[in-house]
Amino acid sequence: MVARHEKAVRRGLLIWYGQLTTSRRLALRGAALAAVPGAWLLVFLIMPLTAMVAVAFAGRGSYGEVVWTLSTGNFRRLAGFGVLGWSADYLLILGRSCWVALVTTVLSLLLAYPLAFFIAARPRRTRYLWLAAVIIPFCTNLVVRTYAWMLLLSSQSPLARLAAAVGLTDPGSALYPSRAAVYVGMVGSFLPFAVLPLYTSVERLDWSVVEAAQDLYASRLRVFLQAILPQTLPGLTVALILTFIPAMGAFVVPDLLGGARYMLVGNLIQQQFGSSRDWPFGAAVSLGLMLLTLAGLFILRRRGTAGGAA
Amino acid sequence: MSGRPAETACRGPSGLVRLAPDAPDLAVAGVGKSFGTVRVLHDITFTAASGEFVTLLGPSGCGKTTLLRIIAGLERADEGEVTLCGRVITALPANQRPINTVFQNYALFPHLNVHENVAFGLRSRRFPCDQVDRRVGQALAMLQMEPLARRYPHQLSGGQKQRVALARALVNEPELLLLDEPMSALDAKLRAEVQLELRRLQRRLGKTFLLVTHDQDEAMTVSDRVIVMRDGAIEQTGTPAEVYERPVSRFVAEFLGSANLITAVRQNGCMQTAVGRLVPGRMPDWTQGTLAIRPERILVRRQRPAANAVAGQVREVVYRGDHVDLFVEPGPLRVRSAPTTDLHVGRHVWLELRPEHLVALRD
Repeated sequence: MVARHEKAVRRGLLIWYGQLTTSRRLALRGAALAAVPGAWLLVFLIMPLTAMVAVAFAGRGSYGEVVWTLSTGNFRRLAGFGVLGWSADYLLILGRSCWVALVTTVLSLLLAYPLAFFIAARPRRTRYLWLAAVIIPFCTNLVVRTYAWMLLLSSQSPLARLAAAVGLTDPGSALYPSRAAVYVGMVGSFLPFAVLPLYTSVERLDWSVVEAAQDLYASRLRVFLQAILPQTLPGLTVALILTFIPAMGAFVVPDLLGGARYMLVGNLIQQQFGSSRDWPFGAAVSLGLMLLTLAGLFILRRRGTAGGAA
Repeated sequence: MSGRPAETACRGPSGLVRLAPDAPDLAVAGVGKSFGTVRVLHDITFTAASGEFVTLLGPSGCGKTTLLRIIAGLERADEGEVTLCGRVITALPANQRPINTVFQNYALFPHLNVHENVAFGLRSRRFPCDQVDRRVGQALAMLQMEPLARRYPHQLSGGQKQRVALARALVNEPELLLLDEPMSALDAKLRAEVQLELRRLQRRLGKTFLLVTHDQDEAMTVSDRVIVMRDGAIEQTGTPAEVYERPVSRFVAEFLGSANLITAVRQNGCMQTAVGRLVPGRMPDWTQGTLAIRPERILVRRQRPAANAVAGQVREVVYRGDHVDLFVEPGPLRVRSAPTTDLHVGRHVWLELRPEHLVALRD
């Protein structure tokens, strides 16, 4: 009996969830399980990224084909060093995209907060109806939704007529293409991303902490900032990420509602892969956008772990 | 943070000044509250004197926590008035009342460390930084929490969190401290220690404390006065001794400790009961009712006692270490006795129910 046990231990047997196996077989099984998502990541993330990085360092032929030379020309062009001297055009576009994404995120959060509290305060029965109302736009196509906005903002619409009557715009003109229209469309499309994570945080709020703050002489603002806001921070962080990052690369909404004059980085990239046929430059701009986004995420994480509690 | 003399005791952030030096700190008058159609509090009236430790004792759902929250300002009473140091505070919001609360789940701010938690109230009132640090240091020292000042709530044990909650409330030197079942989350051994510590702390500070609990042991240990509540109304008020020795109703008699309840009919100036003829300490008005006597007050005698004698036979003996519980027929009467060896099942005994311990209940 003892001898058999010793032999088993020497062969490296172990029990895993009731099954007798060896650690080697266990490792193989783990590898097999990880292989499927690994393959997915390889095919759909790593390979495209590698291709993009490779193309970013390539050049453009006269007919728009890719010429495989190693050069940093695209990046220099992105930084503004063009044929006619230095111009900040592309940097401006990058900056404008950051700004639009930021404003969209802030506006979305400002709207999402009261909405999250409102939905969380509804009785259980109607709560899911409200959540459904927020989620339904998800199920419709973004382009179709944006076209709907175009209709709403066209010169014949009641909204445009109201704006003309109040004196904001000239009579008979549409409310798009314009910067305001872009913001409206962006916030509209990103609001569900902002509301849902915030709602989950708000729903599990510990109200006794809020009462404790009131008991300790805090004004309403202080109660919000010190008792409510910190508790919603996890949901807020997710909402921020889910809004800001897609907003950085958005191109459908700015294209349709902003027109040709209001170019964001998404439009720029789309153009390179479309009419301009400059894939290497497009890849370079995409890489630039990706690095910028990652930098933003990095700063966010640093702030989060340094400033907040563990 | 030492106890202050009564005259200067009433100066909170709202600048309340005691109108009369001997006026009670807290006066609740005619308070009523309903949640929808459910009437949770009926006409509650009581006072708490300065430096008194008052406990609201009652079973779950009797309205004691609602009453506490009304006093704290976290709920609004439908009727009645709450007065603090002579000033009516019924309509004041919670953040303007010089009252602080220790919550049942402590409600510490999870994103602030212990020091910042305790400093919260002072910072809300815009105390200068050096004063804040000094006071917080004193409060933490008083509750022996100094070494943990930089820790966060999730790194503390239940007992430590409770101390932080206490420090956070007391550092603001409130006129009244409210405690909502503060020991319910602690284990039994720790609870006993903390009860004594709380009582000593209150004596040292000389502040008025109002505690809410369903644990009658706790109420007896810490309080100067106990208010027994039931179904939204006050059943009885008195010192722990008064409420224990002289309960007014079956509910109070059975809620605090155990009691022998004997149905009695009044006849010729004494009480006729199933266990014999008894004379209570004070004759009641009713002709038919209940008498109560505590198990430890029934004396086992070798010979028939002169008055209030009951002849019985021991049916059951339960050994409890420091005492023995006897169940004696008729009744059965529950008797607590010293653990002597000659009391065994079947033995005939004489019991004396002394009149001063035999209480006539009102129902």
